[in-house]
Amino acid sequence: MSIIPKKKLDLELAGFALLAFMLVIVLPITVDAFRLNLVGKYLTYAFVAVGLVLCWGYTGILSLGQGVFFGLGGYCMAMFLKLEASSVANTKIQSTPGIPDFMDWNQLTSLPFFWVPFKSLPFAMIAVIAVPVVAAFILSFAMFKRRVGGVYFAIITQAVAAVLTILIIGRQGYTGGINGITDLRTLLGWDIRTDSAKYILYFLCCALLFGSMFLARFVIGSKLGRLLVAIRDKEDRVRFSGYDVAHFKVFVFCLAAAIAAVGGAMFTLQVGFMSPSFVGIVPSIEMVIFCAVGGRHSVIGAVIGTLLVNWAKTSFSESFPELWLFAMGGLFIAVVLAFPRGLAGLFTDQILPRLKRGGLSGAMPKPAPAE
Amino acid sequence: MSNSTNFLLALENVTVSFDGFKAVNALNLYIDKGELRVIIGPNGAGKTTVLDLICGRTRVSEGSIKFKDQEITGLKEYEIVRQGIGRKFQTPSIYEDLTVFENLELSMPRGRDVAGALFWQRSAAVIERVHEIAKMIFLVDLLDRRAETLSHGQKQWLEIGMLLMQDPELLMLDEPVAGMSVSERAKTAELLNEIIKHHSVIVIEHDMKFVEKIAHRVTVLHQGRILAEGDMDTIQHDHRVKEVYLGH
Repeated sequence: MSIIPKKKLDLELAGFALLAFMLVIVLPITVDAFRLNLVGKYLTYAFVAVGLVLCWGYTGILSLGQGVFFGLGGYCMAMFLKLEASSVANTKIQSTPGIPDFMDWNQLTSLPFFWVPFKSLPFAMIAVIAVPVVAAFILSFAMFKRRVGGVYFAIITQAVAAVLTILIIGRQGYTGGINGITDLRTLLGWDIRTDSAKYILYFLCCALLFGSMFLARFVIGSKLGRLLVAIRDKEDRVRFSGYDVAHFKVFVFCLAAAIAAVGGAMFTLQVGFMSPSFVGIVPSIEMVIFCAVGGRHSVIGAVIGTLLVNWAKTSFSESFPELWLFAMGGLFIAVVLAFPRGLAGLFTDQILPRLKRGGLSGAMPKPAPAE
Repeated sequence: MSNSTNFLLALENVTVSFDGFKAVNALNLYIDKGELRVIIGPNGAGKTTVLDLICGRTRVSEGSIKFKDQEITGLKEYEIVRQGIGRKFQTPSIYEDLTVFENLELSMPRGRDVAGALFWQRSAAVIERVHEIAKMIFLVDLLDRRAETLSHGQKQWLEIGMLLMQDPELLMLDEPVAGMSVSERAKTAELLNEIIKHHSVIVIEHDMKFVEKIAHRVTVLHQGRILAEGDMDTIQHDHRVKEVYLGH
């Protein structure tokens, strides 16, 4: 009786399982700790891509500023780790021991007030989600209530990304400036730089990513998910069906921000620092490209797209560092022109029908009408 | 119960100007409960603008619009919908990427907030209601079809069905038979005659044959003002109406 194409969802579940098998079993066995940590880093971008599937693929809200939320989540985590790394014992050579090193270099003599609560891990963990969501809420509420949308909204998100980068770089006494917050060491005394810690963090990252993917799948499968598609196609009609469209857009934008922020926090933990270079316009646009290459209408497609593009980026830029940006641009143009629904669209439109013709036909009966 | 002074919808002295151009000029329009009113008029007469004003898409510059004795000027579109006014657009406005079933389901007047939509259950009552409406709009066999694949006329019906799902007291239909074949027009007339048993309806239409089939009372708009009002017969013999339609 369900109208949602059940086959498609089941196929998606199979995809989830296959991906989980690859990430959780095959990769940890076959690659070394360094490469695995690299995959873990890519996976943190996949969080952003999952959020983009919801807000861009399904709702049609193109955000060119997801780096803001990724960065805010990452910075909240980094602030906690930095404070733990800046104990009086560790920083006794500073003129003011007990504050982060970059503050000391910038002649700060006490911890700024907004840093103080980040001494507590529970506070920091809440802030990882809450700070980006509040930022996303303020931005999206102000825009969507005034019915600013489409390309104008995209430009504004891009401006916000630029503003935040400039703010972080300019206020280096409070933020660590262009270097970011570096030299992170321990989480409640547990050294996050060791290989074993990296394995554990990698698995935690996988677990959280799959949690996000299932959350996204739940949202897409609900009536709200169909409403998002409706908003994307005919926003006016949704309004004249009695819905306050702005609320739904704000919701999905905040959800995407929250998911991106979890990715940012996992980035900080696995890579060991956070800097403005993951906040600004360029990383934000790169994240959109990851999502587009994988397929912006497919959660799993976006994750795989992120992994593939990053893998290509790493291997390509090891050999031809100066050509990478051209390759990336070419890739994006190719996606837009040749397969606008990304790799996932290529799979469902091209590969799947061929598989079906090759013997699996008959297994896919025409869906029965709703009872 | 209603009497002639207790109107369902009352537009009084309504004016809207776009940069000084008065698209609707000091318009008075009263719709009774259970009435089917047809609005006709040459291009640019302000017909669609009147609907836009009622449903809140365009703001009135002056005057008042009362629905069930409640002022609705200044309300948001979705608030006006929730008061009980449904609007069909001139070109079929449906969700092309969703199925017919989903189109109708989304139009149900429940679960309209974020949490309600997220935890919406497709209960037996929902399915039954969708089927009931789908039967009325001749689409019961096409519930699983993506709306994009429907014919133009079927899309028009679907949008009317989406309005019926909302169960509004007043339906406003902007050219419901535009682009329909002759047999589709006949079926639409039949559908409309069914609808007016339970709803008040405002229809904008160009097709005079169709208007003859359904019209009880006709309002002729010209240059943002009411030129004539009355039953079909009176209108057809009104020389001013002939003039604006046929030229001087």
